[in-house]
This record gives sequence, structure tokens and C-alpha cells, in this order.
Amino acid sequence: MSQLEIRSISHWFGGLQALKDVTFDTSDEILGLIGPNGAGKTTLFNVISGFIIPTSGEVHFNGKAIHRLRADQTVRLGLARTFQIVKPFATLTVEENVLVGLGMPYYPKPAALVQIYRTPVNLEKVEQILSKVHLLDYRFAQAAKLPIGLQRRLEIARALATQPKVLLLDEPAAGLVAQEAEELATLIRNLFAEGMHIILIEHNMRFAMNLCQRIVVLAQGEIIAQGSPADIQNDAKVINAYLGQE
Amino acid sequence: MASGYLLTILIFTTMYISLALSLNILTGYAGQVSLGHAAFLGIGAYTSAVLSVRYEAPFWLAFLVAIILTGLIGTFLGLPSLRVRHDFLVLATMGINFVVVSVFKYVDFFGGAMGLVNIPAPTLFGITFRGGIPYLLLTTAYALFTLLICWYISKTWSGLAFQTIRNDEDASASLGVNPARYKIYAFGISAALAGGVGSLYAHFLGSVFPDNFVFVESIGMLSMVIFGGIGTLRGPIVGAILLRLIPELLRFIQDYRFTFYGASLVLMMLFQPMGLLGNESWVWRQITRWLRTAPQSRKEATQ
Repeated sequence: MSQLEIRSISHWFGGLQALKDVTFDTSDEILGLIGPNGAGKTTLFNVISGFIIPTSGEVHFNGKAIHRLRADQTVRLGLARTFQIVKPFATLTVEENVLVGLGMPYYPKPAALVQIYRTPVNLEKVEQILSKVHLLDYRFAQAAKLPIGLQRRLEIARALATQPKVLLLDEPAAGLVAQEAEELATLIRNLFAEGMHIILIEHNMRFAMNLCQRIVVLAQGEIIAQGSPADIQNDAKVINAYLGQE
Repeated sequence: MASGYLLTILIFTTMYISLALSLNILTGYAGQVSLGHAAFLGIGAYTSAVLSVRYEAPFWLAFLVAIILTGLIGTFLGLPSLRVRHDFLVLATMGINFVVVSVFKYVDFFGGAMGLVNIPAPTLFGITFRGGIPYLLLTTAYALFTLLICWYISKTWSGLAFQTIRNDEDASASLGVNPARYKIYAFGISAALAGGVGSLYAHFLGSVFPDNFVFVESIGMLSMVIFGGIGTLRGPIVGAILLRLIPELLRFIQDYRFTFYGASLVLMMLFQPMGLLGNESWVWRQITRWLRTAPQSRKEATQ
């Protein structure tokens, strides 16, 4: 059970208001966050995952206020994320990238200075995660040398290694060809079926509409609509935001 | 005296191997480029010198306190690194170096510009290590100890965490690493190991002066790490050996040692940014290729 409450979040970058009083709840679903460029989607992700402390408003996760926590603390509560511009650990192998995620419980403890990370148990876990995202063949490849589609999957694998309750995916389908996007949708559905709560930012409307159970639409920092994909598709405000007013 | 001269070169080379390896934890593993490592060598040297000369502490105590105190000061001086990144961190570490040298120079307790003299030769288990081969054994043992620590760290969660902050701090934080904590760890460990060299350095020379630990010394140490191959274990060792020995072998460049260091650094950055033996370097590729193909060709030869 996972319950995330976004309560009147506003955020300013200098004189620019990136988020205006954003409020919504989400629990155990595949939620899509869509909107035109500059709508504030990634800023909202950064607020939820602890990279930005919002100017005002609160974020509660399973009853706990998390909007003042750092990123390395929110992940410990079960909120894992990927990045819009992929950030693989370029000099490490695919296997090592996933091991980094497995280390999540150890890093705050001084024992991290003496505990060996490459153990049979951990390598076994890496193998399971990599086979889940179909990256097992690339296990020993250097992350920098993977094509973008595989790097996106590697980011998901790395996030999964932290055993999250909520997975925040920032444009996971960007740069993928149709076939890859379809595989990604299947993966996301499987993760949801395993009990994971998924929130994704998406630009590809068809991808979001097919995959998400509910959609929140942001435009210029404000929520302009929320509801089922069918409702969103017919919402006049959404059509205006995307296509512009006549 | 030729052998005495050779031994002195070897003693310095082993000490610089330890220094390059210790700097590599901070700059190679954790990606925090520092141009202030000589400050930590100096803090270790002065700690050991003050304890031995002013308080007549036994060597083992002075040595251990030099390691621990330099580690603690390194941790403290690492705090600015939490607020600055990249180029600005390089400037901040340079500043640290200047400040530390000024403290040695202008505080009477540290002997001022005249330094501290009459530092006794170290005695351990009733054996006095005075110059020559005994001292070489001591510095070699310490280099091996440093190598062991570096190797072990690279196998631990902290070693993995260091590599993530070198690659991408945001991604690293998203997976539970607090980059601030690990930068501080890197500064502390790196400084502590350099502090140990400082102690050996002071007791070998028998005297310490502020000018031994100036900024150009830091450039020399960073050059060794980069020249040999940053982030690897073999790189700093080979870098320290080559950059100590080449100026000795080519006597005519002795006076231009730092010109040579600078030039080697520029050339490496231009043509082999991973260093002589870094993971993607030309030489290392040839070596690994040879190691891969050699067993096969040997087999073919016997058929």
C-alpha cells in the first residue's frame, strides 16, 4: 500500500513560478503526468524525490512529511526515480550500476567502509533484476557504451534494486522506437502487477493514454485537468493547452 | 656514496607512491580534483615533528597521531568541497594549501621559516631506522599498506559510492548515496594516508620547513596520478615511479623538474586523458590485448 499526497505545492525559480498550488493524491496505480514543455512536470518530480525543497506546500508519503528530505533519504522510504536525461554511471559496468542501487541500505552506515559489495547473494539479485528488464546479455558492458534505449532500461533496473514502493519515471519512452516502447509498456504493467505504484511523466500521448489508469495534466505549473485517459482526451482545456487556442 | 644516493631516491619514490595512491582516493575514486595534497603531507610531517621534538614522543605515537590528526583536519578542510564543485573545488584546495603553509611559516610554535630540526630517527621495537636500507623497508612497508587500503576500499560499498559521485552526483543521491558524506570520507581517508607519509618524511629528513609543502608539490602529486592513470591502482604507482625517476636519470632536466611535470601533464591531457596506464589508454589496451592473445599463440606454437 502506497499513498502519496501532494498538497498545495508551489515553487519559484527566482521570478519564475514553476509550480502553482499543485494538489493531488495518488495511490497504487499507474499515474501519468503530462503537459506541454515547461509545464513543471520534472520540477514536481524533483520536489517529490527530494532534489528540490518546494517554496511552499507539503508532500506526504504514507502519512510522513517528505518535502524537506534529501534525495538519498526519500529513496530510503521507497521512492525511486529515473531521469529525463539519462544519468548512467558511465565508467561502471551494467552490473555495477545495479549493484549501486542494491547498496542503498548500507551507504549511511560506517560499515559501508568495510563491507565488500560484490557478494554471490548480491550478484544473484543483480541477475534477477537484469533479466526482468532484459539486460542480462549486457551485464559486463560499460554503461556509457549502451544505446539510449538500453540506458533507460538500466536506469529502471538501478531504481528497482532499491526495492521501491513507488517508481517515478521521467519520460521513460523518450528516444525509444515503437517496438522498444511497447516492451517498456509491458515491463511497466508487470511491475504494477507485482504491486509497484508507478508515476510517469510522458510526452508521447499515445504511450501515456494506453498505459496509465489515471492522468494529471499540468500546464504552466498548474493542474488543468485530471481523470481517466478517456476524460482527458476529450477535455477542452487539455486540447487547448496542447494545440493552442484558435 | 652512490648507493646512499640511490637509496635516497628509492625512499622518496616509495613515499611518493603512497602520496599518489592516497590522492587517487580523493581525485581518482571520488572525482574531487585537489591541488592541495601537499598540505596534508605537511600537516602529518609537522605533527610528527612537533610531537617528537617538543614533547619527545616515541615514533610510533607520533606516527599514529600524525595519521589520525591529518585525517581529522582533512575531514574538516573537506567541508568547503560540499559547497563548491569542479574548477572551484580546485581553487579551494589550492587555497587550503596556501593557508596551511602560511600557518607553518608564521606561527612560532611550528618554528616559522626556520622550520623544525633535530627530528630523531624513528625507533620501532627497539630497532632504529636510520637512513639507507632500513628506512627504505619502512617506506616500502607503508606504500604496501597504502596499496592494500586502496585496493580494499575499491571492493567496499564506499568504494562503489566514491565512483558514483565521480560519475554523477544526482544519480548517486537518487540511489541512496549522500554525496556530501562520501566526499568527506574521501577527504578524510586521503588526508590520513598522506599524513602517515608526512611522518615518515619528517623523520627521514630530520627537519621540516614550510617550503617542503608548497603548492608546486601538490601539482607534482596530481601529475603522478594523472600521468600514470587516474582511478586505477597501477596508475599512481607507475606515475610516481616515472615522475620521480626520469628527472634523476636525465640529470640535465633536474632543475626543470616542475617544467617537466607540467609538460607531461599537458601532453597527457591532450593525447591520453586516461593517463599512461588508465583503463582506456593506448598502452593498457596493448597490454590487455597481448595478455589475451599470448596464451593462444603459445598454444599454436606448440602444435
